[in-house]
Amino acid sequence: MKYLKLIRANLFRSKRRTILTVASVAAALFLFVTLRSVLTTLDDAKEVGSETRMVTRSSISIVFPLPEAYYQWLQTVPGVSSVTWSSWFGGVYRDPKDFFATLAVDAETYLPMYPEIDTPVEQREAFMAERTAAIVGSGLMERFGWSLNQTINLRSTIYSPGEEWPFTIRAVYEPTNPSFGDENFFFHYEYLYEKSQFAQPGWYIMLLSDPTAAASVAETIDEHYKNSRAATRTETERAFQTGFVTMYGNVGFLLNAIGMAVFFAILFVAANTMMMSARERVNEQAVLKTLGFSDGLLFALVMTEAAVITIVGGLLGVGSAKLLFGLTGFQGAGFLPGFEIKWSTSIVGLAIAVLLGVISGFVPAWQALRLPISQTLRRVA
Amino acid sequence: MALLEVRNLSKVYFRDSQQIPVFEDIDLSIESGEFLALMGPSGSGKTTLLNLIAGLDTPTTGEIVVGDENIAAMSRRQLAAWRSRHVGFIFQLYNLLPVLTAYQNVELPLLLTSLSKRERRDHVMTAMGVVGLTDRTDHFPRQLSGGQEQRVGIARAIVSDPTLILADEPTGDLDAKSAEEILTLLQRLNEEYQKTIVMVTHDQRAADRGHAVMHLDKGVLTR
Repeated sequence: MKYLKLIRANLFRSKRRTILTVASVAAALFLFVTLRSVLTTLDDAKEVGSETRMVTRSSISIVFPLPEAYYQWLQTVPGVSSVTWSSWFGGVYRDPKDFFATLAVDAETYLPMYPEIDTPVEQREAFMAERTAAIVGSGLMERFGWSLNQTINLRSTIYSPGEEWPFTIRAVYEPTNPSFGDENFFFHYEYLYEKSQFAQPGWYIMLLSDPTAAASVAETIDEHYKNSRAATRTETERAFQTGFVTMYGNVGFLLNAIGMAVFFAILFVAANTMMMSARERVNEQAVLKTLGFSDGLLFALVMTEAAVITIVGGLLGVGSAKLLFGLTGFQGAGFLPGFEIKWSTSIVGLAIAVLLGVISGFVPAWQALRLPISQTLRRVA
Repeated sequence: MALLEVRNLSKVYFRDSQQIPVFEDIDLSIESGEFLALMGPSGSGKTTLLNLIAGLDTPTTGEIVVGDENIAAMSRRQLAAWRSRHVGFIFQLYNLLPVLTAYQNVELPLLLTSLSKRERRDHVMTAMGVVGLTDRTDHFPRQLSGGQEQRVGIARAIVSDPTLILADEPTGDLDAKSAEEILTLLQRLNEEYQKTIVMVTHDQRAADRGHAVMHLDKGVLTR
């Protein structure tokens, strides 16, 4: 504690430099925890998928639809207790940037299979009773300021682009699992089918009566459609979600690469600052040694200075990210449902701040430790 | 018994493959309470000898015994601890830390002790009182004159009540009036407080303030 005055005085020797370095570390750590949180959110999204639900999609790609006729046969597969389907609508509200997950579903079979979509009974009944009705996540309602029973117009990026599709919001859901997301928009497949002759199920979802039968169910289905015009690929919903996430490309690699680049960039900034700061005061370090400050004490003082800069920067960066995303409820326009800066990510961010301090402070601290007193004093004099 | 005994002291600097001898087989004895002035031409090794006595550098051969400790045989760590207890060093260019106030500069050696904050404050104020600067405690070095800075430097050197005060041309960067004040202060420390002082100087008038003058020239030390 008694050395705090000395550390503080050295840190504020050049206020502007210290503040800019702290700000650089804060900005880098803000970016780092944000990128890492994107990754953890995408990983969590994979966990949304259930192991008891299976998905059958086109073996070529998820963008190719499947025939409606498959529905009947899928119900007969041993081990399958119920079947439903959904179709990607690509809905846009007002402007292309107002994009969110919009799914046309066979409501009668879809909603019972997804207990994650939690709505009041009367709202659900209202939704079921109306062909143009929609169930909307509470986050999406808040994002656009919509209200229950409001009619809104969407456009589709797939079906008749440019045409307005009116929907009436009859139900609002709260996800029972945050990772399911509260920015989804569900409406009746019948409505899609009525307005577009091209409508077909995008994928089928099956509830298994026995989760251990997943492998045999998948094999039975895919074998059955192997030589059809729309061959299938069947997997658990969790595996399907993972595949859906990887549609973004190798996001993990990209984000990790950016994270590493940020780490090294800021490491060089912090190391450069510490080197400059230490070089400016070799004479003072020699004086302190003359007074009896040991090599180890000087090493510790320089290391502490570096650590204070990076830890304060880290706290500001991680803290501001947690606060900002926590308060705004950011969900990446619906593509990052449940996005948050987790405590585990915050701790990793702060650990990196400490690591930055240790690495950036080590060289100047080592130089201070090895500093020859008499030669330094003579050189400076 | 002498407070400081230098025996067969040699110092050779090595620059690449070149050996540069500074002095060889020097002997020196200083009694407790003595005020010794060390003179000699530039490059004669005065400062090197002072640095060796201060434990800032290590000799090539020989012994430096202060009290009953041979500091020539100490490790860097032991020397640092020894300096903090036994040496008060006064520099020609004051060497105050510009980011600290006069008070904080004087307090620096006491940070290495186990004294409480209050005790440190008492010691600092006493030292500042001895050099006559109790009204300048909150001033930064840039707010002080050269003479005042050197007085702060002296307060820092005496604050931990060291065994030896070593001064390397303490008046070399001062005007005549300030130099006189500093020399008077050193003389007072020697006479009133019985401090043992070794002072390197080029100035004969400064040297005359000491009890004895020694000359170091071409590696030979003479009285």
